[in-house]
Amino acid sequence: MSAEDIEAVLARHPNGKRDSLIPILQEVQEVKGFLSNDVIVRIGQHLNLPPSKVYGVATFYNQFRFQAPGKFHVQLCRGTACHVKGSLGVLDAVKRHLKLEPGQTSRDGVFSLEVVACIGACGLAPVINVNGEFHARMTPKKVTEILDSYRSNAGDAKHD
Amino acid sequence: MGTDVITIEVNNKKIEATPGEMLLTALRRAGIKVPTLCHMEDLSPTGACRLCVVEVAGQRSLVPSCAFPVNEGMKVQTHSPRVMRARKTVVELLLANHPDDCLYCVRNDNCQLREMACQLGVRERRYCGERNDYKVDISSPSIVRDPAKCILCGKCVRVCEEVQAVSAIDFIGRGRQAHVGTVFDQGLNVSRCINCGQCVMVCPTGALREQSHAKEVHAAINDPKKLVVVQHAPAVSVTLAEELGLKPGSDINGIMVAALRALGFDRVFDTSFTADLTIMEEASELVQRIRTGGKLPMFTSCSPGWIKYVEHFYPEFLGNLSTCKSPQQMMGAIIKSYYAKTNNLRPEDIFSASIMPCTAKKFEAQRQEMLKDGVADVDAVLTTRELARMIRLHGLDLNALQPDTADSPFGRRSTAGKLFGATGGVMEAAVRTAHFLLTGKDMDNPRLTDLRGLKAVKETKVTVAGVELGIAVVSGLSNAAKLLGEIKAGRSDLHFIEVMTCPGGCIAGGGQPLNGDVQAVRQRMQTLYNIDRDEHLRFSHRNEDVQRLYEEFLGKPLGEVSHHLLHTHYEQRPIGI
Repeated sequence: MSAEDIEAVLARHPNGKRDSLIPILQEVQEVKGFLSNDVIVRIGQHLNLPPSKVYGVATFYNQFRFQAPGKFHVQLCRGTACHVKGSLGVLDAVKRHLKLEPGQTSRDGVFSLEVVACIGACGLAPVINVNGEFHARMTPKKVTEILDSYRSNAGDAKHD
Repeated sequence: MGTDVITIEVNNKKIEATPGEMLLTALRRAGIKVPTLCHMEDLSPTGACRLCVVEVAGQRSLVPSCAFPVNEGMKVQTHSPRVMRARKTVVELLLANHPDDCLYCVRNDNCQLREMACQLGVRERRYCGERNDYKVDISSPSIVRDPAKCILCGKCVRVCEEVQAVSAIDFIGRGRQAHVGTVFDQGLNVSRCINCGQCVMVCPTGALREQSHAKEVHAAINDPKKLVVVQHAPAVSVTLAEELGLKPGSDINGIMVAALRALGFDRVFDTSFTADLTIMEEASELVQRIRTGGKLPMFTSCSPGWIKYVEHFYPEFLGNLSTCKSPQQMMGAIIKSYYAKTNNLRPEDIFSASIMPCTAKKFEAQRQEMLKDGVADVDAVLTTRELARMIRLHGLDLNALQPDTADSPFGRRSTAGKLFGATGGVMEAAVRTAHFLLTGKDMDNPRLTDLRGLKAVKETKVTVAGVELGIAVVSGLSNAAKLLGEIKAGRSDLHFIEVMTCPGGCIAGGGQPLNGDVQAVRQRMQTLYNIDRDEHLRFSHRNEDVQRLYEEFLGKPLGEVSHHLLHTHYEQRPIGI
């Protein structure tokens, strides 16, 4: 799946117009994990849209990423239940600990941070998801410990 | 079919409207002033600013009149208490995250947001929003962007996309993070921006302004070792007046020359002189291309925004661009060569400034191709607005100045050179001289009415010495793009095409007075036509100072020296930015 080329995605939208833009962005991100600058330009050429427009649309939606995800991709839920249970403090702790803003990837490529709306695990609130593993009832203290344990495993961890 | 006129009731009075038009248009026609910060005549309405809201009977909420079509018999209240309260709140919310630095703002005397706050009686800060920490983008040689002052009206985005077909900027992000920026949020200097400055012209606040060269000019004037030379473009003398509070269309050429001297410029030259010189070279180039089977149609090359547009978007047409430098650059080149030599000066002893109606000229002056041994032909470019600011700074009273004339040897001009300021003017001047080059005679009637006026695309056929020339004049790059599309699709009846980046030409350039309307542009244009009607020297090739320059220095048009000094080449630029 990761080998699939962006051209293959574009080939599925041969006479694409501007209403194909969002589906194409989604499919390309599915394949590449994020939207690189080259990809944005290429999609613009395909749809005959200026790259500023493609970038403008893509940045409107939280779902699109513009940096390659890190070895550990942290999704932090900011849905209603998690909010009530204190996810804002958890987010602040993660941001400070990793020195990252949502949407960014750390320079060493180990962590990336994404803020998501409800991920359907309200019973575990506040919840984070790291590479598919859920961690329940986060506090600022607990979350930094969990992140540290991931970092110490960074050498041999598997990443898919 | 339906009637042409319907009646609507506004503030309990009946007014007429045209079916299908937006309510705001009808209100304006009836002289009812409804404020707006985002509306643009002839462009798609966005309803972004919400200041034009009105009360329409039967509608639950207020409606934006700019985007609400008229209906027979509709009842509208434009200034009810509810409407006024809403408008005031809108402005208060716009101000909630606006920097309170009006005292220091370049737009402090003509900011539309400040004007709205004043009109609506905003006298306290009721809302205080969180502010984003934006950096001022000073990367462009022409335009400075300060997103903190942006109110997201979207006018710059629309003019860039719909009028100029460039789309260098767009809305980025969402909600509180939304801002206007280039692709990948990079500096304007690495974008496809063509520096035309039309975004500056429509910006209601100080979020967009020109990159000022006033400091450099002041420093040079105060440097005793420098001879400071200034040239002024054809379109400046008919627009500067407005910036100084006089009637649109007033020509203050003589007063402006006197003011330039009073500001401390050592020599004042007229760019219209090198417009004549450009015509000598460009008309000769056209004749040569026609005679030798060169690349046609030939495009004019005096509008630097258009040049960068071709470099980015239509590199296949680079060979169709005239190789002539623009009048500004020709003047710069002969000042630092011929003028320096005849006055025993080194080029680096001369500081060469220009007064231009244009922001792209700032970019043009810095182009790699326009440097000679590391020395720029033109050192600083001031817009009409910057010159007005200098005049105010020095407290010059225009009424107390005696009109003066520009300096020899580059001060005399034909009216053909002066016409460069309006769309179609370069073409008119070029046809006059091409006619002479092909027949040896001057045209009996040099006035080419088909090429005059504010129409976006003008075409005509001129028969000279048995050769029928297909001619087109375009202004506004979205219109140029359409014409280029036709040519790509095989259209071949055109020989010579004038393209001006800004709609209307230099009289409506990106460096001109702000808040001018189409009526003002029309008056500026008429003034140029009146000059051409009333003066005697109407042919570039009859300009004796141009003739002397060829005798003493250049040799002949397209000759060795001309080729070296007055012509240049252009290169493809990337489109994916």
